[in-house]
Amino acid sequence: MPDLLGLLSYGTFFLVFATIYGLVVLGLNLQWGFTGLFNVGVAGFVAIGAYTSAFLTAPDYPDQIGGLGLPIPLGWLGAMATSGLAAFIVGVAALRLRHDYLAITTFGIAVTLQLVALNAQGLTGGPFGLQFIPKPFADVIADNLAWNLAYLAMAATLLGLSYVALERLVRSPWGRVLRAIREDETAAESLGKRAFRFRLQAFVIGCMFMGLGGALYAHFVGYIAPEDFLPILTFQLWTMLIVGGSGNNRGAILGAVVVWALWTLSGNVLRELVPAEHQARAATLQVVLIGLLLMLILLVRPRGLLGEEAIISRHTKNSAGEVQEE
Amino acid sequence: MLQLIADGFVIGSVIALGAIGVTLVYSILRFANFAHGELLTWGAYLAWTALLGFAAVWGPMEPLGPFSFGWTLLASLGVAAIATAALALLVDLLLFRQLRRHGSAITLIMASFGAALVLRNLLQFIFGAVPEYYSREIQVAIRLVPRDVLGGLRVTPDQLFVLGLTAVSVVGLHLFLTRTTLGKAMRATSINPQLARVTGIDVDRVIRATWIIGAVLAAVAGVFSGLTVQLRPQLGLDLLLPLFAAAILGGIGSVYGAVAGGLIVGLAESLSVPIVGAEYRAATAFIVLIAILLIRPTGLFGERT
Repeated sequence: MPDLLGLLSYGTFFLVFATIYGLVVLGLNLQWGFTGLFNVGVAGFVAIGAYTSAFLTAPDYPDQIGGLGLPIPLGWLGAMATSGLAAFIVGVAALRLRHDYLAITTFGIAVTLQLVALNAQGLTGGPFGLQFIPKPFADVIADNLAWNLAYLAMAATLLGLSYVALERLVRSPWGRVLRAIREDETAAESLGKRAFRFRLQAFVIGCMFMGLGGALYAHFVGYIAPEDFLPILTFQLWTMLIVGGSGNNRGAILGAVVVWALWTLSGNVLRELVPAEHQARAATLQVVLIGLLLMLILLVRPRGLLGEEAIISRHTKNSAGEVQEE
Repeated sequence: MLQLIADGFVIGSVIALGAIGVTLVYSILRFANFAHGELLTWGAYLAWTALLGFAAVWGPMEPLGPFSFGWTLLASLGVAAIATAALALLVDLLLFRQLRRHGSAITLIMASFGAALVLRNLLQFIFGAVPEYYSREIQVAIRLVPRDVLGGLRVTPDQLFVLGLTAVSVVGLHLFLTRTTLGKAMRATSINPQLARVTGIDVDRVIRATWIIGAVLAAVAGVFSGLTVQLRPQLGLDLLLPLFAAAILGGIGSVYGAVAGGLIVGLAESLSVPIVGAEYRAATAFIVLIAILLIRPTGLFGERT
């Protein structure tokens, strides 16, 4: 049954990407959904993770710094650390100010990182990117499909763990403070909660998930280049969160799967319909399509597929309905 | 040295004109408009389309005096300004207006981010990704300062035209904002929207005027960028960060601040080239941005954060 195998292979491939996106969108949800922080540089933080992990774990690159050949888990931890560090720098500069400043600053860091990725040949390989990023347990599992399935299992486990961790985090007193700051900063401050500190913590943790997502991407594909981390990636991730429902971790994951499915599907349809010489032009239509989807959701159903659940109090069970977005 | 400063002023003019639009929208509609860069791109390409249209009717463009362009480019600039203003009003009508009714400022930013991608990709779909030029005339640069004084200075007539028209636009805008009723209404709305509404100012009219002014200046800036560099679909995206940096540096809401900020960011970009290399010039705007946020987040001329 070659067809079924092909379908399985394609499905695995699709799900690995959806899982990685889900992980990044979870981080974004902590920032936007629970804390109200608007990060326009998601692609930049994903890129830092991907490049850091490649830098740490890949075999020695000739004529280039990096390729330290360290174990893969160390690369992933490093990815989270550097993404978190970058978030800390941006956060310190922008988080004391009105939310627009964070949007502009994160946009700025994504643009700057794109320039570094393209031009710092000695560190990032420039436009050619970094190759030979080691694939975990590739020496144990030789078969391509089996390896993809193993990677999917691992990525899904990480996603599951992240989901549980984040759910506990946002339901903890710490998470309650985040929502309080999001809803009414003055009130939260008057209760002695230092909004800047909580915001910075949420921002850094969210970006660490983005870095981890970047690292998972790098080790799955085995090759990264600057064009993998263009603003369109940020846009796709945002659309996933808004479609799925911000402020809801299950919504974040659902959005990742739904939007990624729509994206691949529309890509396939365009590839079937449009002759090869117009492919590049047709690809721009795909972006327009997703952009219209985002705007439509913002206009018609701003809370997304699964909206935020109202957590009123555990003592008044049964009365908890869903909150209406203002 | 002199050459770098002159180049900085030319880029700075483009940034200043764009930053005025950013700062006006920010202070009157209260959101950072990520789609503003696309207004520059659309302005530039609409002028290019009009130019092709004129060329089809009256034959190829005859250069005007020492410039690389003829009067048809000026006419095209007018057409593009009107069309870009119409585009901005259309986007506002379809998207931002709806969200203003029941959304928060942050939803507006996100929507503008989406609008930017849609506008840019639509433009690339229509015009293709190949760089274009208004004119392929080769210009002789005028030597203003001999080579042995601070490295000398050469400028093309086009660059002088850009500087001159920028100055005219800024002075015109200044007169509009200080002398006309609508201009005063715009300033009032930017300072206190509730009070402005109470005193009977037609806020919808103010918002329309804001979009029109922002879009017209964006179209001019886009054409200048196309004239002094080239036309690319990423023209506006690449300028967006300098635009924001200039608007924040000048102080949000301050038109003169935006002009000063634009010139400073332009100069910083230009002067950084010998230090960090041309490929990182765009990152200069980011450094300026971070520095101003850390040192004086209200900007040079601003009062609000």
